[in-house]
Amino acid sequence: MKEFLEGSHAIAEVIKNVRPGVISAYPITPQTHIVEDLAQIVANGELESQFVNVESEHSAASVVLGASATGVRVYTATSSQGLFYMQEVVFNIAGMRLPVVMTCANRAISAPINIWNDQQDSLSLRDAGWIQIYAEDNQEAVDFHLLAYRLAEDKRVMLPVMVCMDGFILTHGMETTDMPEQEKVDKFLPVYKPLYKLDPADPMSMGLLADPDYYMEARFAIQETMRESLGILTEISKEFNNIFNRDYGDLLVEEYEVKGADKVIVAMGSVCGTIKEVIDEQRAKGKKVGLLRIITYRPFPYARVYEALKDVAKVAVLDKAVSLGAYAPIAVEMKAAFFGKKKGPKVISSFVAGLGGRDITLETIHEVFRRLSTKEVNSDFIDLKPELLKEEYGD
Amino acid sequence: MKEIRIHARAGQGAITTATLLGFSYFNEGQYAYAFPNFGAARMGAPMNAFVRVDSDPVRLRSQIYEPNYVIIVDPTLMRGYNCFSGLKDDGIAIINGKEDLELPKLKAKQRAIVVPANEIALRNIGRPLGNTALIGAFAAATGELKLDNLIAVVKNRFSGKAQEGNIQAVKEGFEFAQNKLKTYLPGGKG
Repeated sequence: MKEFLEGSHAIAEVIKNVRPGVISAYPITPQTHIVEDLAQIVANGELESQFVNVESEHSAASVVLGASATGVRVYTATSSQGLFYMQEVVFNIAGMRLPVVMTCANRAISAPINIWNDQQDSLSLRDAGWIQIYAEDNQEAVDFHLLAYRLAEDKRVMLPVMVCMDGFILTHGMETTDMPEQEKVDKFLPVYKPLYKLDPADPMSMGLLADPDYYMEARFAIQETMRESLGILTEISKEFNNIFNRDYGDLLVEEYEVKGADKVIVAMGSVCGTIKEVIDEQRAKGKKVGLLRIITYRPFPYARVYEALKDVAKVAVLDKAVSLGAYAPIAVEMKAAFFGKKKGPKVISSFVAGLGGRDITLETIHEVFRRLSTKEVNSDFIDLKPELLKEEYGD
Repeated sequence: MKEIRIHARAGQGAITTATLLGFSYFNEGQYAYAFPNFGAARMGAPMNAFVRVDSDPVRLRSQIYEPNYVIIVDPTLMRGYNCFSGLKDDGIAIINGKEDLELPKLKAKQRAIVVPANEIALRNIGRPLGNTALIGAFAAATGELKLDNLIAVVKNRFSGKAQEGNIQAVKEGFEFAQNKLKTYLPGGKG
């Protein structure tokens, strides 16, 4: 049913439909409303779940790790510093092959402290072994949680999934969202039956020491699963469409006016809506521009990206994060996708915008297109305030 | 596409205002995107809430710089900020304030309606939260939303005594703006 909802509330509602047995989280802006609403839903008796209040994100992650290891469906959510505080547990969850689903309400990283949106938090954990999918709007954020559980619990996958949604822009944004019906959710997402679990009646150990004779194979197995997950994502997306009638294609990338384009922006998350506005406006003027939206960042869909952009002349990669001292997180993958290939864009320029909540406007996107010339640039910051730089460094 | 920018201080209910407006547009078959922008994230700090409305789903995620309408919940903000910045040439401002409130000079087709929303709220709700009177005035001044729809949305949002008081505040805000419009002189204040 179509409703007018805040993003966070919509997520809490869909998690209710998913029926996790254990929820544990520690509140942090801009994730707070999600877990507040869930706590209320559990307190109201609308969802039979154990909501474990903890003193930190490290404990929240540890609780869902432990609960998931006993064979229960679990949920947690965090942002920014909270995600970083979880980090060692986050890696453990993937290493132990536990199908945990987490919402990351994307927010900037300290210092300087900043509560506003960019994507530095989740992108900094790209090597954790979690599948990462990025929502453009609240409808996707809702639907991606259903897809995430289905994917994580698939016996061929058994990896955690992080659903990333831009803090404030989506979490605090209210818009029309078609909320999934419980019967359809149950049809798409059957009761979780674990492959393995901690059970006193049938004891086993998990996450224990693997010496040099065993460790590499455990890591290799995740790498292989990540590769296989690309196809499974697509398969699950089709099934989702059959039940909910919403088509997310292969769930890896979205091509928007890419066919016949000579300039394409590559980006991820809610900023893609703003970019689409500019694309439509430019196309109406006869400009051949397009957008390639990355939906799944881990595993990274290199082959799909190659296919989509191999005949495009110029590509601008727009990152809302940086890898200080190196190519920005999406840009580096775009370079890798075309490295050593016969075909590919002549120019792959990398731009950084929207850090720490700096507003990305239509003008920001126009500026990206203006700076996308034959001269390739690397981590070119858009919308910088030169007067602030002067103050900082003087002469 | 229509764009509304709300100026308030954190804690004055600007998000509620944006929510109620968004809901009302949703009920009338439009797509709305209502969202806040916090400044210092502290009670009393200046903040904005926005509503962007279209007949198609709203994709644009930036803040609003050239609004069709502004709603000023706290007129003291007009001292430090240009709340009218970027207001469209035929834009309308709904301002919570007393009759003698000083306003900047507006363009020929711009309109400003000063609504005693706090007074209306105090009388009906017992607290100086003028938001519902302001959205009532917004509906009358812009012709964007039906009064019945607004009342239904407010009814859905509040319960008990607050519900009654807020519904009355919506009605009074609506009537006030309607009467004001009749005497409106372009280029001046309402």
